[in-house]
Amino acid sequence: MKRLAFYILPAVLFLAACTPPQPAALTIMTTDSFSISESVAAAFEQANGVTLVFLHSGDAGAMLNKAILTRAAPLADIIYGVDNTFLSRALEADIIEPYPSPLLAEVSPEFALDPASRLLPVDYGDVCINYDKAWFAANSLPVPGSLEDLLQPEYNGLLVVENPATSSPGLAFLLATVAHFGDPGYLEFWAALRANGLVVVDGWDTAYFTNFSASSGQGAQPLVVSYGSSPVVEVIYAAGPLTEAPTGSILGPDACFRQVEFAGILRGTANRAMAEKFLDFMLGVQFQEDLPLQMFVYPVNPQAALPEVFVQFSEIPSQPASLPPEAIAANREAWIAAWTETVLR
Amino acid sequence: MKKVFLRSVSWLPALLFLGGFFFYPFGRILSLSLDSSALAPANLERSASALGFTLYQALLSTILTLLTGLPAAWLFARFEFRGRSLLRAMTAVPFMLPTVVVAAAFNALLGPRGWLNLSLMALLDLDTPPLAFVGSLGAILLAHVFYNTTIVIRLVGNALAHLDPRLVQAARSLGGGPFDAMRRVTLPLLRPSLLAAALLVFLFDFTSFGVVLLLGGPQFATLEVETYIQAMHLLDLPFAALLSAIQLGCTLLFSLLYSRLSARRGVLLSPRPADSNLRRAKSLPARLFVAGMALLLAGMFVLPLLALPLRSVTVLDAPPGGSAGPGTGASAAYYRELFINRQDSVFYVPPIQAAVNSLIYAGLTVLLSLGMAFPAAAALSRPGRLERLLDPFLLLPLGASAVTLGLGFLVSFGKYLASPWMPPLAHTLIALPFVIRTLQPALASIPDRLRQAAAALGASPRRAWLAVDWPIIRRAALAGAVFAFTVSLGEFGATALVTRPEYPTLPVAIYRFLSLPGGVHYGQAMAMATLLLLLTTAGILLIERLRLPGMEEF
Repeated sequence: MKRLAFYILPAVLFLAACTPPQPAALTIMTTDSFSISESVAAAFEQANGVTLVFLHSGDAGAMLNKAILTRAAPLADIIYGVDNTFLSRALEADIIEPYPSPLLAEVSPEFALDPASRLLPVDYGDVCINYDKAWFAANSLPVPGSLEDLLQPEYNGLLVVENPATSSPGLAFLLATVAHFGDPGYLEFWAALRANGLVVVDGWDTAYFTNFSASSGQGAQPLVVSYGSSPVVEVIYAAGPLTEAPTGSILGPDACFRQVEFAGILRGTANRAMAEKFLDFMLGVQFQEDLPLQMFVYPVNPQAALPEVFVQFSEIPSQPASLPPEAIAANREAWIAAWTETVLR
Repeated sequence: MKKVFLRSVSWLPALLFLGGFFFYPFGRILSLSLDSSALAPANLERSASALGFTLYQALLSTILTLLTGLPAAWLFARFEFRGRSLLRAMTAVPFMLPTVVVAAAFNALLGPRGWLNLSLMALLDLDTPPLAFVGSLGAILLAHVFYNTTIVIRLVGNALAHLDPRLVQAARSLGGGPFDAMRRVTLPLLRPSLLAAALLVFLFDFTSFGVVLLLGGPQFATLEVETYIQAMHLLDLPFAALLSAIQLGCTLLFSLLYSRLSARRGVLLSPRPADSNLRRAKSLPARLFVAGMALLLAGMFVLPLLALPLRSVTVLDAPPGGSAGPGTGASAAYYRELFINRQDSVFYVPPIQAAVNSLIYAGLTVLLSLGMAFPAAAALSRPGRLERLLDPFLLLPLGASAVTLGLGFLVSFGKYLASPWMPPLAHTLIALPFVIRTLQPALASIPDRLRQAAAALGASPRRAWLAVDWPIIRRAALAGAVFAFTVSLGEFGATALVTRPEYPTLPVAIYRFLSLPGGVHYGQAMAMATLLLLLTTAGILLIERLRLPGMEEF
């Protein structure tokens, strides 16, 4: 009898697994870095009588891939977190329904990269090189001010970057060098960087927590490709109160790459009306003001006020690098392949 | 006729399960994405080099793992010493640790600013770290040994523990030297478990992903790593599908080879009660072996893991002088921080809840995989034509590309992926082949005459099973349960793919902390990892102490 239970159990579990999720829910596919305050989510849920379900779906590339694969039976109503490096790919795949939200009028126009209003800009941030302030002070070295400075012999072996084939900030930094040096000039820069003791790791968490000297990992490199907002996060989540950020960002021309993140309604949704309401909500002041402390990115709606700690500690590059999304879509694979040949082989 | 029917029935649960959750989704994704564009010459060249490296590192890793695991198996199967069961449990702990955590632990010990390099620099008065460990082939190999030695200890150790020592004594008394006895008696008897262990270790190394990515660095790419890059970052699904097809084909070849090698039926013996072979080391060489081996294992398995609890109670202040040692203080701050939702985030995970989620998933995985593995392994241990045909396919889930299978789940199950039942089902998929392979050699070692004797003495089939089968396979069943438990506790990839963020497991929570800058996040990740470490060790110790009521201690 006991053994019979062993046979029946999987069948029961299988049937249970087939119970569909409850109705009156709006599902939002997001990247793993997505977060939202409980109070902000509850405000939308109560005002609209709906339950919000968030699906963490990997980084931007992985999430987009999943959305494209499941286009016939979409997993969600809204996709949020497609960035400008993947924008064209998402539009080509034709998985987004257009929605020209009235709130787009409030958004700074430089962020609206899709004229057909399929993907709406929601937030932006910069991928920058962070430096360890204490290390440079202790070693009496000036902090490099530009991409070119990184080739100086005194910075030999000090920079760790992520592999653009496996990491989204890694790809963004590669694109910054393409924007600055052009194609094929960027390859000469990377060859010189390699000769100057460049360290490459697979992803951001290894680079930051293992290799970077200012993080808790106490690594060997005082320069790391991370985010422009990382110094602010270091202040907020420091072990003790700090009056100054332990790290800073190199803000020279084209040294940072601007990432804009977009949201859109997935083609085939059964909740179109509610999805439109949520997109409006995402562009509204309440959600936009929640962004900096939840995801450490900046609001695209200039009416949203920045939290005090951001005003005090964040540094924004005056001339961030950018490339047209079509150029990125057309050349991403080729740039990564050429980079791999130059830096890793 | 009835026999054939019975056999088919015993296969049914495992087959239905693998069919529905492996062959269907995997076939679906391959048929959706594979097309002739994948066969471009550049792709073929890249596949060949990835395949070459994959085979090379897997072969080296397997040999090294066997070299470490066999003496360790001997130690645990033959000698009683203080701390034996704790050390044995500790060797299984790495199996469940997420790669990020292992990489952090190895870095703390062997990295450029790890303890070893720092002490060597101080000792030898050097300016640069003498050991370049992280980012080398050596790091990949060492991590593979660290992860997989437990497979050899458990599989081969079980067989050794049940071996009748009188056979070796007989060989010796017939004039054979100790090496003769080893070569002509012990090794042939261990053959089935040795083969099974070698195959499993090889498959784990063959499909290695996180270790290669994190510890090997970007210049090394196995088939699985290449698949991941193509599928998830370059969005080249046809090429990813080609790579996974190659990987699957190779796995099938290895499986066939294994079936071929293990087809020669082992000699049936009277298995011995497991602990009857245990004794304290008396002679000097035996004592030296026990002490040396125990120290080596403790050094290998306990030392790297110590980094986690140490880091979790060490609060690093902002380093005042850069490369100078960080100002530190011991504190439970990170543990307290685990219980605070500072960000007011919807995705905040109370640590207790993550632990409970993890334990529920792990418990279900143990039940599901043992429940399906028992009948299948029983059928396999007395192979007929059906079994010989099906056998090689059983292992395919272990060797198949996890990235591709994940995408297959996505296109096959869609919205049902978010069901809380999915993680234990996905974990069972990984654990099941394992548990079957663990049970099978043990079941095959039971001589029919024992069951016949029990029946002749009037025992009901159930009583005969309890009196004959169970005592012999108890160890294997427990080993299988430990594997299923640890696989489920530590599994990250599938869980991250199929869980709703509301039901995170401990590894998912650890990754979430490690994806944000800030000293508090790192400390919390280490605290959570320590929690996972304690939970697993406790779980393993508990499972190994389980007894069926009324059972003789065997």
